[in-house]
Amino acid sequence: MADITISERQAGDVTILDLDGKVTIGEGSVALRSAIRRLLGEGKNKILLNLAGVGYIDSSGIGELVSSFTAVNKEGGTLKLLKLTQKIQDLLAITKLLTVFDVFDDEASALSSYN
Amino acid sequence: MNEVQELKLPSRIESVDVAAIKADEFAKEQGLGDDFVSAIDLAIRESVANAVKHGNKYADEKTVDLTLARTDEGFEITVRDYGTGFAVNDIPDPTNPENLLKASGRGILFMRSFMDVVEWSNHADGGTVVKMIKRQ
Repeated sequence: MADITISERQAGDVTILDLDGKVTIGEGSVALRSAIRRLLGEGKNKILLNLAGVGYIDSSGIGELVSSFTAVNKEGGTLKLLKLTQKIQDLLAITKLLTVFDVFDDEASALSSYN
Repeated sequence: MNEVQELKLPSRIESVDVAAIKADEFAKEQGLGDDFVSAIDLAIRESVANAVKHGNKYADEKTVDLTLARTDEGFEITVRDYGTGFAVNDIPDPTNPENLLKASGRGILFMRSFMDVVEWSNHADGGTVVKMIKRQ
């Protein structure tokens, strides 16, 4: 079974990626990188990552979130995070990345923040 | 009574999962709780990933040697690689503002955050050993 499944939804001009599984060194991180590159290639640069289904993340996965954030910024877009698990929230706090990412608990608020 | 488990793993990314699964099983057999097991899991993943990538540099002929021990003090993990070593003080602090947007360099921070003791030493026969203790 794959480490992670990434499903795509569209809400207006915002693309939501629902992540389900592990974002860890190897397959999980690579899958996220590929998904972000593909969206940017399609000109979709308002991206919301829904992490509600991410049961596990390691430093490589956190690094991939950062790389995604900088890649989207570079293309003039915005990447935000939705529904962090407590574990991910703890890791982002330890790394001081909560000061970098826009984080939301509910989808409607996240979507309206892009306007 | 102290329980010990030793493993030799190939220098491949798949070894990270193998090590974590073995450690989870071993820790649960010792009756350790979920938060404790979760901390060990993260420390094992980060240290084995470092040994595979930075220590052994994925070399087929080199192994990552893992020891798990239930001690009177708590839970002790040692991870040995066969690389050329590194100076831990040379690793930049990933929480410094100038490093926040770097894609890597957070593994050691996680190990230190979730374990009570994290120490590096040079093995007499070559390679680096990281010893980590989680106290109960």
